[in-house]
Amino acid sequence: MKQGFTPVTVMALTFGFAFLYLPILLLVIFSFNDSRLVTVWAGFSTRWYGELLRNEMLLDAAWVTLRIGIVSASLALVLGTLAAIGLVRFSGFRGRTLFSGMTFAPLVMPEVITGLSLLLLFVSLNWERGFWTVVIAHTTFATAYVAVVVQSRLLTFDTMLEEAAMDLGATPLKTFFVITLPVIAPALASGWLLAFTLSLDDLVIASFTTGPGATTLPMRIYSQVRLGVTPEINAISTVLISLVTIGVVTASLLQKRQLARRSQT
Amino acid sequence: MSDERVSRPPRPQAPSGAEVFGSPLPPLSPWAVAARTARWLERHGRRLAVMVPFLWLLLFFLVPFLIVLKISFSEPVLAQPPFAPLLELADEAGSLYLRVQLNLSNYLMLLQDDTYFRAYLNSIQIAGLATLITLAVGLPMAYGIARAPARFRLTLLMLVILPFWTSFLIRVYAWIGILKNEGFLNALLLWLGVIGEPLVILNTNIAVYIGIVYSYLPFMVLPIYASFEKMDASLVEAAIDLGCRPAAAFWRITVPIAFPGILAGAMLVFIPAVGEFVIPDLLGGSETLMIGRTLWVEFFNNRDWPLASAVATILLLVLVLPIVWFQRTQGTARGANVKR
Repeated sequence: MKQGFTPVTVMALTFGFAFLYLPILLLVIFSFNDSRLVTVWAGFSTRWYGELLRNEMLLDAAWVTLRIGIVSASLALVLGTLAAIGLVRFSGFRGRTLFSGMTFAPLVMPEVITGLSLLLLFVSLNWERGFWTVVIAHTTFATAYVAVVVQSRLLTFDTMLEEAAMDLGATPLKTFFVITLPVIAPALASGWLLAFTLSLDDLVIASFTTGPGATTLPMRIYSQVRLGVTPEINAISTVLISLVTIGVVTASLLQKRQLARRSQT
Repeated sequence: MSDERVSRPPRPQAPSGAEVFGSPLPPLSPWAVAARTARWLERHGRRLAVMVPFLWLLLFFLVPFLIVLKISFSEPVLAQPPFAPLLELADEAGSLYLRVQLNLSNYLMLLQDDTYFRAYLNSIQIAGLATLITLAVGLPMAYGIARAPARFRLTLLMLVILPFWTSFLIRVYAWIGILKNEGFLNALLLWLGVIGEPLVILNTNIAVYIGIVYSYLPFMVLPIYASFEKMDASLVEAAIDLGCRPAAAFWRITVPIAFPGILAGAMLVFIPAVGEFVIPDLLGGSETLMIGRTLWVEFFNNRDWPLASAVATILLLVLVLPIVWFQRTQGTARGANVKR
C-alpha cells in the first residue's frame, strides 16, 4: 500500500486516539486533585495515594487479585499452548471441530453466561467457592486467549527446524524443549501477560464464582463505583494504569528489538 | 501427527532381547519401569498432551452449559442451592423409581412477561448499532495505521492495544466523570456557550453506546488492520491508473478486501456486547434494558437461579449463530494464512 499520512488519515487517527486516551488522561489528572469533588480542580496533591495505602480492604483485595492472576495465567499458559499445538500440528483427529470450538468460543462468550455456568458447575459438584474456583474460571477463559496468540506464532513456525533436530537424533520431547519452546517464547510471554491482565481485570466472572474471603480488586472497585466517582478510585486506577503501561511498553520494546535482531541475521 | 509418523521410515531402534527372542521378561526394576513409562509417554505423549486442555475445556466449558440447561428446567425453591432437583430417586409404596421433573415455567415466564423479550431485542439493537458506530470509527483508524510510514506503524498499533490492556472497569468508570451532569463534557460545553444548561447523557442509552464503542474499539481496529496490511497496494494503484477516483477505489477495492477483517471485528464487538453487563449497569439508566443486566439481577438480587439459567440458555441460542459464523470465518482466514 502507498505509504504516508494524508489529511484524512491523520484526522481519523487524531480523533480516534483522542477518543481512546482523553478519558484515561482526565482520570489520571484528577487523581492528583486536592478536592473531594472530582471535577473541580483544587490544587495538586498526592493525598489520595496515601489514603490508598491505609485502605486495608483494597490492599487485601489487590493481593488476592494478584495471586489469582499469577496462578491462573500460568495454568492458562500451559493449557493454551498445548491446545494451540494440538490445533496446529494434529489435523483431523476425531472431535477436532468440537475442540477448536471449545477453544475459541470463550473469546466471544458473554461473561454473564460463562460466570453463571461455572458457578452452577461448582454448586453441582459441591465445591467450596473461593480462591480456587476463581482461578479455575479465569484459567478457562484465558486459555482461549493464550491459544490464539500461540497458534498464530506456530502457524508461521518453520517446522524444518524441528525436523532437522530430530534427524540429528533428538527425541521429540527434547526437540520440543530445545527448539520449539525457545522459538515460540515471545508468544508465550505475551500470552501469559494477556492472561494475567484479563484475570486482573475481570469483574463479572469473579463475582459469580467467588466465595467468602476471595473478594477481588475489581469487585471492590465496582461496589464503590456504584456509589459514584471518588478520588480514591481515581488513584487506584492510576496505579493500575501505570503498571500496565510500563509492562506493555517494555514488552513491545523488547519485541521490537528482537524483530530488529532477527531481520539483521 | 501420527499420519506423519507413518510416512516416515521407522527410526532404527536397538531391539530389546525380550522382544526378539520371546524369552520371559526379566523381573522389572524400578528403573526399567521408569524407562518403559518414559518410552510409552514418548510414543503417546503428544496425544496425551493435547488431551489435557481438551478435558479441561470439556469439564469447565461444555459441561457447565449442560448444567445451565438442566437447571433452567427446574423449579426455584427457598433452599441452598435455590432450585429443586430434576432427577430424584423416589421411594413410594416400597418401590424405588426415578422421578424426572421437567419444569417449563421458567421459559413460560420469559414468554409471558414481555420485559424479557424487550430486553433481548434491546440488547441486540444496542449491540448492533454500537457495532456499526465502532466500525465507522475503527475502519478509518485501521486504514490510517496501515498507510502510515513503516516506522510509525508499530507505535500506532501499540497505542491501539494499550487501552485494551487497561482495566475495562476503570475505562468505563472514567466516562462517568465525563458524562454526568456536572461532568467534564457539560462543563466544557457550558464554558464554550454551546449549551445553556447541562445535557443529560449519563444513565441514558447514549452513554451506553459511547461505552461500548469506547471499550470495544481495539477489537474492531486490529482485525481490520491485519487485513489491510496483507493487501496488495498495486491493486489500488492500478485502479487509479485506470481512471478510478481515490474515494471510489477505497470503496470498491480496499473495503471489499478488508471485508474478512471487518466481519471478524464486527463479531468480536457484537457478540460480547449483546450480553454486556458492566456498561449498561454503570452508564445506562432505567430505560436501558439489556439482557446481561437482567440475568445479573435475576441471579444476584432475586436469587432466582432457574430463571437466570433460562435467560442464559435463550441468550446462548440467540448468539449461537453469530458465534458459529465467527468461528467459520476464523477457520477460513487461518486456512488462507497457511496457504500464503
